[in-house]
Amino acid sequence: MAKVKARVKVQKKASVGEVIEIKTLISHPMHSGRAVDANGKTIPRNIIKSFTVKFNGEPVFNMDLKPSVASNPFVVFPFRVKEAGTFDFIWVEDGGKEYTASKNMRIA
Amino acid sequence: MVAQKMKLIPRREAMCLLTSAMASSLFPLESLAGPDKVASRIADITNGKQFSDIDIYLDMPEIAENGNQVKIVFEIESPMSEVEHVKTVYVLADGNPEPDVAKFNFTPAMGACGATTRMRLSKTQNVIVLAEMANGLFAKADTKVKVTIGGCGG
Repeated sequence: MAKVKARVKVQKKASVGEVIEIKTLISHPMHSGRAVDANGKTIPRNIIKSFTVKFNGEPVFNMDLKPSVASNPFVVFPFRVKEAGTFDFIWVEDGGKEYTASKNMRIA
Repeated sequence: MVAQKMKLIPRREAMCLLTSAMASSLFPLESLAGPDKVASRIADITNGKQFSDIDIYLDMPEIAENGNQVKIVFEIESPMSEVEHVKTVYVLADGNPEPDVAKFNFTPAMGACGATTRMRLSKTQNVIVLAEMANGLFAKADTKVKVTIGGCGG
């Protein structure tokens, strides 16, 4: 299986009160369990089932994904800046395997 | 040699057969969600609660050439305070094998309510966005997307 790689784009500096946009992408095939491979065998279901974002340990955003979400799940969401800190991004695959990323943000 | 060649199916025909076989095995008609399933799913989620007239801005292409990657953008006007914020947003589709596409859980810390993602569409169908507010009210928006090449097959 191709290597799963998470990518996140957060601006490094932001001012207090500003609503910033966070872009995330994880390279994952999101096998729906319905597709067949070249030999006619069904590819078993393997999707990213949940995505959670925490800021300084506090949950900010959470998303449940179903097989209808496209491969390489791309998610953009807003965030209101209050203080400097660290974002933690956690993707959970079927079977419980976790992929993580983290980003720091300073106050301008 | 000639006899062997006679047995072969022409490439074009083989491709046709293969594609139709794949299409029918990937999406047998009875397994699609359908408007009824989506309606009952919405009833499940809302549990008889009221719909408010809050506007949902939903942006999807009118015609999606490739159903494997269809961008969906939604935004909901909300102050996102502790008392008044959008709690959950459900994305449902009535022509995919299952009605649920994604569920977004928002918190007041986000400051605004909206998200962008990409989804699969197996055929031309309606996409429904259902939002649950912190005060228990619901809002709904839907749009029809025409799909040229179906997704979900992976």
